Parts: sequence; structure tokens; C-alpha cells
Amino acid sequence: MELYRAHVLICGGTGCTSSGSAKLIEAMERELKNNGLEHEVKVVKTGCFGLCALGPVMIVYPEGCFYSHITEEDIPEIVSEHLVKGRIVTRLLYQETVHPEDNTIRSLNHTKFYEKQMRVALRNCGVINPENIEEYIAVDGYEALGRVLTQMTPEETIDVVSRSGLRGRGGAGFPTGKKWSFAAASPGPVKYVCCNADEGDPGAFMDRSVLEGDPHAVIEAMAIAGYAIGAHQGYIYVRAEYPIAIHRLEIAIKQAREYGFLGKNIFDSGFDFDIELRFGAGAFVCGEETALMTSIEGHRGEPRVRPPFPAVKGLFGKPTVLNNVETYANIPQIFVKGPEWFASIGTEKSHGTKVFALVGKITNTGLVEIPMGTTLREIIEDIGGGIPNGKKFKAAQTGGPSGGCIPASLIDTPIDYDNLIAIGSMMGSGGLIVMDEDTCMVDIAKFFLEFTVDESCGKCTACRVGTRRLLEMLEKITSGNATMDDLAEMEELCYYIKENSLCGLGQTAPNPVLSTLRYFRDEYEAHIKEKRCPAGVCKKLIGYEIIADNCKGCTACARVCPVGAISGEVKKPHSIDKTKCIKCGACIEKCKFSAIVKK
Amino acid sequence: MAKKKTVVPFNGTKEQEVQLAAVIEKYKDVQGALMPVLQEAQQIYGYLPIEVQIMIAEGLGVSLSEVYGVVTFYAQFSLNPKGQYPISVCMGTACYVKGSQAILDRIQRKLGIEVGGVTPDGRFSLDATRCIGACGLAPVFTIGDDVYGKLTPEEAEAVLAKYE
Repeated sequence: MELYRAHVLICGGTGCTSSGSAKLIEAMERELKNNGLEHEVKVVKTGCFGLCALGPVMIVYPEGCFYSHITEEDIPEIVSEHLVKGRIVTRLLYQETVHPEDNTIRSLNHTKFYEKQMRVALRNCGVINPENIEEYIAVDGYEALGRVLTQMTPEETIDVVSRSGLRGRGGAGFPTGKKWSFAAASPGPVKYVCCNADEGDPGAFMDRSVLEGDPHAVIEAMAIAGYAIGAHQGYIYVRAEYPIAIHRLEIAIKQAREYGFLGKNIFDSGFDFDIELRFGAGAFVCGEETALMTSIEGHRGEPRVRPPFPAVKGLFGKPTVLNNVETYANIPQIFVKGPEWFASIGTEKSHGTKVFALVGKITNTGLVEIPMGTTLREIIEDIGGGIPNGKKFKAAQTGGPSGGCIPASLIDTPIDYDNLIAIGSMMGSGGLIVMDEDTCMVDIAKFFLEFTVDESCGKCTACRVGTRRLLEMLEKITSGNATMDDLAEMEELCYYIKENSLCGLGQTAPNPVLSTLRYFRDEYEAHIKEKRCPAGVCKKLIGYEIIADNCKGCTACARVCPVGAISGEVKKPHSIDKTKCIKCGACIEKCKFSAIVKK
Repeated sequence: MAKKKTVVPFNGTKEQEVQLAAVIEKYKDVQGALMPVLQEAQQIYGYLPIEVQIMIAEGLGVSLSEVYGVVTFYAQFSLNPKGQYPISVCMGTACYVKGSQAILDRIQRKLGIEVGGVTPDGRFSLDATRCIGACGLAPVFTIGDDVYGKLTPEEAEAVLAKYE
């Protein structure tokens, strides 16, 4: 085995890959070779570090220097200065890691972004090379599976999961141990273990990051689940839109087979288990468990009536356990560190941690994992670094199209399953979208409804027709044509859809409307009574005007207007023809004199 | 999502047909074969016109209506070929709150096509996609494998010029 004096960890997650990290890795390897360092310095492509806003990022060990926003041009300098001469390239350091007094470098774990986090599901993301099984084994990988298969009965295995108090991380929060025990109790020689990696929530990428950064954790957990319930075949249903995750899963499954962690007679225990990948094809409803199974069976991904529940009659009509990626990622740690350790983290009824994709109007966009019970304020102000551009926090949206908005007045709510339900939102899979004063809450509700209307599979009437009618009502409001009677009718329709839909998609579809109505009714009323959009978003209710006093007549706006709605002589105030204006906002972007206003 | 009917005449090659037959053979005895076969067929042809669907239905022994039902259910399957430079504007929530609608509007106007359409010269096609997971770069759009993020509508329009 080769020993290296330094390691360069470069993030190969989707966020950093999108900002060019693959080219950086090539450049780094090339530059090291040019300097004859390829046997002294090892380049490791890792999963997501979490701080996507700073990408592309890298860490150089042993010093632990965290370089952010790196470009290809920076690579020769990092090699010649840092790796050859041992001088840290201070201009590329993430400022938070530099101690303000003595300029020494602090561990990334002591920055505000990481300090309040606790990494269980993400513990290996950004630490190991996910394409090398030996790196996973070096951090206790497959130890849990070995212990379960050689020392425990299936009943004991389920008991450990139950005692940990782990609840499903896909959103609904059903106790995982209970789910496994139901499937174990269902008779039959053929059962299945499925993994839901069809992360369809817009604005959420927790599961993708786990699969990209630590695929073996999911594979190991699925094998444990297989042993616990008596299944020998697993399926991972992963979004086709996640090419990097798919690639790493394929490598991981192949390596696990080679090392005997998948296949026949695992750990000489006589237990057989293997995993196949199935690719989702872009249907949100397939995140619903019965729809997902129907899709694996090769049909239109429409949900089925429950009961019978999947634990009794699931995939191909056989008893099936289906868990989400993040749920599985917690399992090996529960066995290595013990269920009591896991149960000690979090709040009374929600144990462990939760991963959130922190996005939207927030400084530190990225992936965060917090102990249950952390408040929204800690997430937004401490970890997230607050709202950029001096704007005010207005609301956070969790649970995607099934969830709701948490207003600023509830920012001190400790985050756990039950608290979020109580305030009209839900945990969901972990999307956390931060909104500021420029976001119109009616428009956001409309955005989610457009999504559900698009994604409704059409099987049941309440959802197919109901969501469409609901969207039409919202459109009526945002175009200024609604009355207060419409608002009352809309609320009634929301409850009708919730009560009568077949699956979770329809049952939760009205949530974005109901929660915004609950906390931002004044905005709905402003749209209806005053025909005004307070945030200045709804196009039909805003208009653009030029303030004559500020206008210098530079003609920049007139030149950029795509429909020729702006006219005026050079060096004289211009004006906008409101009948022609399409409200695209191009002029406001171009004006250097703040002479154009939205009204 | 509503799908546009196939407008481009089918002109598959013998070679493609051989490849498709091999895919069908590979999955013939696999449970739930239809989805993976359609996915690989779309890689071979670039889209799934009715002629290809007929071959798959006959090859797997399922009805054409079943195949058509699955093709039209999933957003990933396309009844029309993509442009030489397929554009996808991310309409995930993170991108939406950061203004991706304005970028989509601008590109539609610039190219004169709607979402799901292709320019008459076949160069650009335009799609509004779900979250691609690059929320740190929001608002994001992609052209082929190239990712563009943190752009204003005007800058987005300028990017298109690179491909013309």
C-alpha cells in the first residue's frame, strides 16, 4: 500500500460538478504529475461537503485547509505553493476557517456552518472516496452487517431498530422498526426490500448527496433489512436525472459483490441477498410507495389502494419493506454505536438527526444535518448565515408540494416531526426553502399547485379535477379577479381534496394553500380586495413606471425592451406604454439610475 | 404532463433496430422489463416514436396501449427528438424563488418556441425541468451537459449566442 504525505479532497457532488470540479480534479492530477508528486499527494474525489454555495471546494490534508470557489487557474498555485513549498494559499481560504486573532487555520467543524450540525447520515460524505469500498470499510463499513449476520437473529435485528426510535426520513415519519416487523410477520418465501431514491421534491437533494457520497451505507442497510424480514432481493429505485448517483451505485454494488457483502452466503452465514437498480423516469407520484412499486413492475406509476399495505402485499404482490435513502443511511451507525446512542439524540418523539437541503434566499446554500429539536432560527441565522442583501426573513417552506410555510413568527420552533405537523407543515424529505420579503406567498402556493396538477397521475377524481380547480382559483386571485367568496370556496375545496384523494400526493396537495392562508391571509386579501401584490411578483397586478426626475434619457431601457414599449427622446425622460408592456422586468435590470419602479 | 404528438417522420436505421432487438432479448425474462427497455430504446433512437413502441410491444409481448400508456406517463420519455442543443431550465423551488421563470420567459421569447418545443432548424429544444440538484447555483439552466448558474435573464440570453 502506498503512503501519501498529503491528501487533496475535491468535492465531486452534483453542485460542485456543475461548477466545474471534474475539470479541477483533472488539472490537479496533471499538475501533480508535472511536479513529480503523484506518489506523494493523493487526489480523492469525494461526495458532497455540504457547503454548495462555495463550490467548487477542496480540502488539503494534513493541514485541513478549506479552499473555496476554486478555478482551474488556481491549481498551479496550490500545487507550487502549498504542496511543493508548504505555503498555504491564503487568498483562496474560506474566511470563516481563519482565526480572526492569530490567523491560524481552524477546523471546518468550528465554522458557523458546521458547528451546530451533527453528521450521522452524512458522516462519510466529503470524507471518503465513494468509489472505493476499502475507504468505506476503513470507517467501520460493513461491520454492522457482519455483526447482524453472525451474532443476531432477525428478531433481535428488528428490536435494535425499534429501540433506536428511528422514523422514516421520507417525510411521514413512520417508525422503521415497526415497518420491518410487519413485513417480517408476513408469511411467504419471497419478499423484497426496496429503497426509495426517487427524490422528486423540487429543491431537495439530500438523498442524492448520500448516494453520491456514501452509497455503501445504503447497500449495507438494505442487506440488514433483507436479513431482518427474510428477503433476498432488493431494488433501488433511483431518479434517472441523477447520473452521478447512479454511476456510484453501480460501482458500489459491483464492489460489494466482489467482496462478498452481496450475493450468496454473505459472511458465511448462509444468507443470500442481492440488489438491482431501477431508474425512475420523472414522475413525482412515484415517490409514493405503492406507485413506486407499480413503476418497478413496469407500469404507469399509479398508486394502489391501501390496505393491503406493502408489508403484506407489495412489490409483485409479495411482502415488501420500502424505506427512503436517508433512513437506510442511519441504520449501520445504529448497529455500530448502539440504539441507545441514537435514541439519545434529538427530541422526545423524534430521535436522531435530519438532513435538510437549505436553499432559496439564504447565504450558505447547501446540505445540513442537524439534531432533531434544533430551531429554525439556528438553521437560518447560524448555519445558513442569514438572508443575503439585507433582506428580511419572511418564511421557510418545508415538505415541498406536500408541506407548508413556517412564518417568521414561528422561527423559534424546534424542528421535529410532531412540531412541524402542529404548525401546519411537515418534515417532508428535507427540502427547506428560505423566502424573503420579495416572495409572494400566493404565488408560491400557485407554484406548488402547478406542480401537483402536472404530477397528479389522474387515477382519482378528487386529485385530478380538484387540484386543477384549486389552481384556477389561485390564478383568479393572482390576476385580481377573485372575490372573498372565492376565497371561502377555495378553503372548502382544499379540505375536500384532502379527505377524498387516494394517495399522499392528493391528500397533501392543498397544504401549501392552507398553510399560506393560515399565516399570510392578509396577502390573499390584498390580492382580492385591493388588487395589489404586496411583494410585487404577480404580473397581472403590477406595472412598471418611469420616474421622470430620475430618468437621464440614456435609452438603455428602450433598447433592451423586447416589445418596444418604451419611448422617448435621447437625454429626456422616457415613458412606458402600459398597453404594450409585457412586464418582463428587462428595463429595471438595465436602468442604472433607479428610474424605473414596479407598482 | 401533456405530450406533443410526434411530428418528425421516423427514419430509424437497420443498425438501431439490431441494437433494440438485443435490448429486448436482454430483458425478455426480467420482471418489470418495460421501463428499462424504453429507457435504453430512447438512448438508441433519441426519442420514442410509435414505430419504436410497436417493436417493443411485439418484442416483449405486451399490448401497444400498455407501452403507449407508460411512455406518455413519464416525463423522461419523449415522443419527439430533442434539438442538437437541448436546453433545460430548472423550475425547482430554489430556482423558482431566485427567478428562473424570468429566464424561461426570456429564452422562450428569444427562440420563439414554447416549453417542449424544438426550433424549426432543429438546433435548440426547450424543456422546463424539475430540480437538478444544483441549488447552490440557482437559478440554473443546462444546455446539453453544460451547466449555467447564477445568471440574470439577460446573461442567459447571451449564453445562447455561444451555440448559434
